[in-house]
Amino acid sequence: MEYDVIIGLEVHAQLLTETKIFCSCSTIFGDKPNTNTCPVCIGMPGVLPVLNKKVVDFGIKLGLATNCHISKTNIFARKNYFYPDLPKGYQITQYENPLCEHGFLDINVDNTVKRIGITRIHMEEDAGKLIHDLKSHRSLIDFNRAGVPLLEIVSEPDIRSTAEAYSYLMELRQLLVYLEICDGNMEQGSFRCDANVSVRPKGSVSFGIRTELKNMNSFRHVQRALDYEINRHIGIIESGGNVLPETMLWDAVSNTTQPMRTKEESHDYRYFPEPDLIPVVVDDAWIEEIEKRLPELPRDKRARFVNVYGLPEYDAEVLTQSRSVADYFEQCVSLLNSPKEISNWIMTEVLRVLKEGSEDIKTLKVTPEMLVSMIRLINDGTISGKIAKDIFEEMATTGRSPELIVKEKGLVQITDEDILKDIVREIIENNPKEVDVYKKGKVQLLGFFVGQVMNATKGKANPRLTNKIIREMLKQ
Amino acid sequence: MKISLSEVEHVAKLARIRLNEEERTRFLKELNSILDYMDLLSEVDTIDIAPTTHTQHITNALRQDIRRASQPLKDALTNAPETVDNTFVVPMIIK
Repeated sequence: MEYDVIIGLEVHAQLLTETKIFCSCSTIFGDKPNTNTCPVCIGMPGVLPVLNKKVVDFGIKLGLATNCHISKTNIFARKNYFYPDLPKGYQITQYENPLCEHGFLDINVDNTVKRIGITRIHMEEDAGKLIHDLKSHRSLIDFNRAGVPLLEIVSEPDIRSTAEAYSYLMELRQLLVYLEICDGNMEQGSFRCDANVSVRPKGSVSFGIRTELKNMNSFRHVQRALDYEINRHIGIIESGGNVLPETMLWDAVSNTTQPMRTKEESHDYRYFPEPDLIPVVVDDAWIEEIEKRLPELPRDKRARFVNVYGLPEYDAEVLTQSRSVADYFEQCVSLLNSPKEISNWIMTEVLRVLKEGSEDIKTLKVTPEMLVSMIRLINDGTISGKIAKDIFEEMATTGRSPELIVKEKGLVQITDEDILKDIVREIIENNPKEVDVYKKGKVQLLGFFVGQVMNATKGKANPRLTNKIIREMLKQ
Repeated sequence: MKISLSEVEHVAKLARIRLNEEERTRFLKELNSILDYMDLLSEVDTIDIAPTTHTQHITNALRQDIRRASQPLKDALTNAPETVDNTFVVPMIIK
């Protein structure tokens, strides 16, 4: 039988604020345990939380970028449960009237655009970090993360495959990074994802029983976990069983999902309005203020790169992966109107250097001015494309200008026909056997002669001219 | 009766409170009388009144995102029953 897969995703994005959501402690990752805590975030009685305005700003920003309706009046709620990483015995979150509702995010799947609904985006606080010491049967708690601001982004169950789920997550992550509200680091836990999964026979209108899937801490794990869980559901249904509405944990060691053992009561959160926080009213002026400062969004940038610069979709996709790379590209194009050529250099050499080193494009030694100067040297015939690769490498390590490198190393291309003819003549004389074979019709040997010329000139021979001269001289 | 004995037990369990037989019966009675009293409020016509979450008419008490010193580590750990490497140590709980 064929099945429809129904997936809804819940993403928790840790926000790039300096301070926590309800107190002025630092949000920095990796500090010594419990050093970034205070009576508020450690849950002392009698303290009062005060909301960080930037958290609301960031929420509005994401809401606008995902086409949501922004709630005018916002209140917080207490979600009550006992767990050692939660110092107060409740999490401050939003329950009724989340900050953003009824939005959508467009994703690309198999070259078609699909719209995924966003049910809600709300503000809440993160819990502390627990380290389980199995040997001594103890848990160690670090509250540095307790109170770090989160946005929870809940999608509609509009996702129909693992590939769509992947695409949605990539799109959402890119958006968060573009908006500079989250660093999107899944391994470090600043971008976390839970999934609701169910399957139903194809064509059926009612939904199957769903399970909640947790503990997937990389994009690869999300894909594997979803695939596994979908197959598990189908297996149960085909063998005549019933899927239980459980919470499953992905186990990256065994590559399976395992039911999480919890008591039934754990989902009885008894939400009620947080009395310690007064309502937040978001008026039109506030929304307009944020809207004014909204950067160009990834999808718009991609489309503009195709329409304005005439780049292929693929190039536009690669160049807009990060805002800083896209900016680098545009700086180059403003200096030299040769978008495709610039795109080629960025997609190959620039991105390779960035990937190899820990360098950011902002600190890259090859500035847009230098890259453009180098491309100009190619275009006016001073250097060959092959030599340019060496020059790029040199620029990336030393930061010296391409003109200087060319001059110092004597890398100017040989475009003098007479010089090249002398070299070709010598090569023809030294390789009579190859000449013979070539003349008998094996024209692929042209490459051999070109290679010899390049060897003799240390790659400085102008390739087009070299090809032409060899062809002509071998005809004689 | 608004709630049953099993609901009293459920709520006690959620709050991690252990009740003995006598307490269970007493709380059943007390909780029910509180809920009965709440019925009085239902008699008021509130159709045009938005739900009240706060009694004070102020909004937007916000903080700028400016870092301030946290408390000294030793203060943070004062109430820890046991510490290891500056963490709070508790019996192992795995979700």
